[in-house]
Amino acid sequence: MHASARPAVSVNIPPIVTSAAPRDTSAALSLRMTISKVNFFYGSKQTLFDVSMGIATNKVTSLIGPSGCGKSTLLRTLNRMYEIVRGARLEGEILLDGQNILTQDVTSYRRRVGMVFQRPNPFPKSIFDNVAYGLRINGSKTPISEAVEKSLRHAALWDEVKDHLHKSAYELSGGQQQRLCIARALAVEPEVLLLDEPCSALDPISTAKIEELLVQLKDLCTIVTVTHNMQQAARISDFTAFLLTGQLIEFSPTPQLFTTPGDPRTEAYITGRFG
Amino acid sequence: MNSRLRWRKFVSGFMLSMTGVCALVSVAVLFFILGYLVYHGGTSISWNFFTKLPAPVGESGGGMANAILGSGKLLLLATLIGVPIGFFGAIYLAEFSGGTIAFVIRYAADLLNGVPSIVIGIFAYSLAVHPFKQYSTLAGGFALGLMMIPITLRSTEEFLRGVPNALREASMALGASKWKTIASVIVPAAYRGILTAILLAFARVAGETAPLLFTALGNQFWSRGWNQPTASLPVMIYNYALGPYEDWHRQAWAAGLVLLVLILVINIVARAILSRGIAVPRS
Repeated sequence: MHASARPAVSVNIPPIVTSAAPRDTSAALSLRMTISKVNFFYGSKQTLFDVSMGIATNKVTSLIGPSGCGKSTLLRTLNRMYEIVRGARLEGEILLDGQNILTQDVTSYRRRVGMVFQRPNPFPKSIFDNVAYGLRINGSKTPISEAVEKSLRHAALWDEVKDHLHKSAYELSGGQQQRLCIARALAVEPEVLLLDEPCSALDPISTAKIEELLVQLKDLCTIVTVTHNMQQAARISDFTAFLLTGQLIEFSPTPQLFTTPGDPRTEAYITGRFG
Repeated sequence: MNSRLRWRKFVSGFMLSMTGVCALVSVAVLFFILGYLVYHGGTSISWNFFTKLPAPVGESGGGMANAILGSGKLLLLATLIGVPIGFFGAIYLAEFSGGTIAFVIRYAADLLNGVPSIVIGIFAYSLAVHPFKQYSTLAGGFALGLMMIPITLRSTEEFLRGVPNALREASMALGASKWKTIASVIVPAAYRGILTAILLAFARVAGETAPLLFTALGNQFWSRGWNQPTASLPVMIYNYALGPYEDWHRQAWAAGLVLLVLILVINIVARAILSRGIAVPRS
């Protein structure tokens, strides 16, 4: 089960930066991140096989696929969060702005790539302190309260919380907590924002708010989101990557992937024949 | 069939009342001891008990001010030794170690917790008394501190483990170092539990007598310094209860009452801190 044994897919072309872009896109597209021939292992178990793709600047890229296909793992390679798991190992190359992310200092690197998790995970602190956390540990120069307000506005939460910034974050609803987590990630002004199934624990109304928010946020940073909700990927993303058993099967502009998939397995998945 | 059913009902009723009685007895023991102490010692508790030195043999009156202060000093030392070691050890255990090392440390801590306190006393004697040819407050604090280490370590570790991993990830993903994450997210999230653990460890050693017999020894007067023997409530109880004088016996009861009330209060405070809720919802 190695990618090279499969029929060649256009995205798996060797890692020349431009050719790792999704197929059939305008040449003007710039890439924030480039993933080249990434193989990933938990101990002796390989979970990603030869994945190569580009993450377009100021666009939303969705990773879809059935449970266990490696989409969350791929997302976690992008901010090196996999490193906190014992026995995890990555082979290949990932570039951010043309620089290899694996050779950089991990804590300062993670400040450039924010992450929002599956379940809202605010700290047991006040709303204000949650957003300020990243700024404080970075010793930010800008006045913290202004930066907090700015981030909360970006996360479309400011109007709901401005009168009780010093209440515990746990008094917010689940959807508000998730937007608080987005604000917390945005506060350090990351270049890339990763979201790992950010709506899977939320109700439809909160989900709609977050989807709307993500589309607005792409002017601010580059967004990569994992979802196993295909409709969500179709609604919010510019590009969609379909993964299956650790391999990147297809990577295209979203309308194209959902209307004229290039691989029979993609078609089988998006039409609901498995997954 | 009918008699069988009756037999089953009888067994069920009998067992239910048995368990109820046993539960009642376990609670009653505490109240019985407390009542007994109040009955015998309550009358001897006066302002003098807290402010006066023990009266010379033959004279009535006097107090245990030196023992109260001595217990305070010993517990302060024990806390200074036991809490930092137990606390930081627990952080290592919960946040850094894994697999075999964690198992070994945890197992050793549990064994240390089970070592009889008199053995701890002998150990502290050979290490902190014998080489200096001097019983001292320091040696007593050292012995009690040793006992506090495993209690603090294990319960602090449990509370640190109770903090959801999602918080660690959230902090690391913002670019916080491991240490920063522990200091500004994990420990604050678990602080109520940790505080409770420390208080319970404190209460646990407050009444220890055996380790003090070999180390702090006892003293009828004010201790003249940290390197001198000192009186303490548990040892005072031991000596006075075995003494031949009626007045001593009453004083011993009073000291027992003071000690028990102190421990009860610490326990209640600890419960109150914990019941205000661990700030983090368990997921």
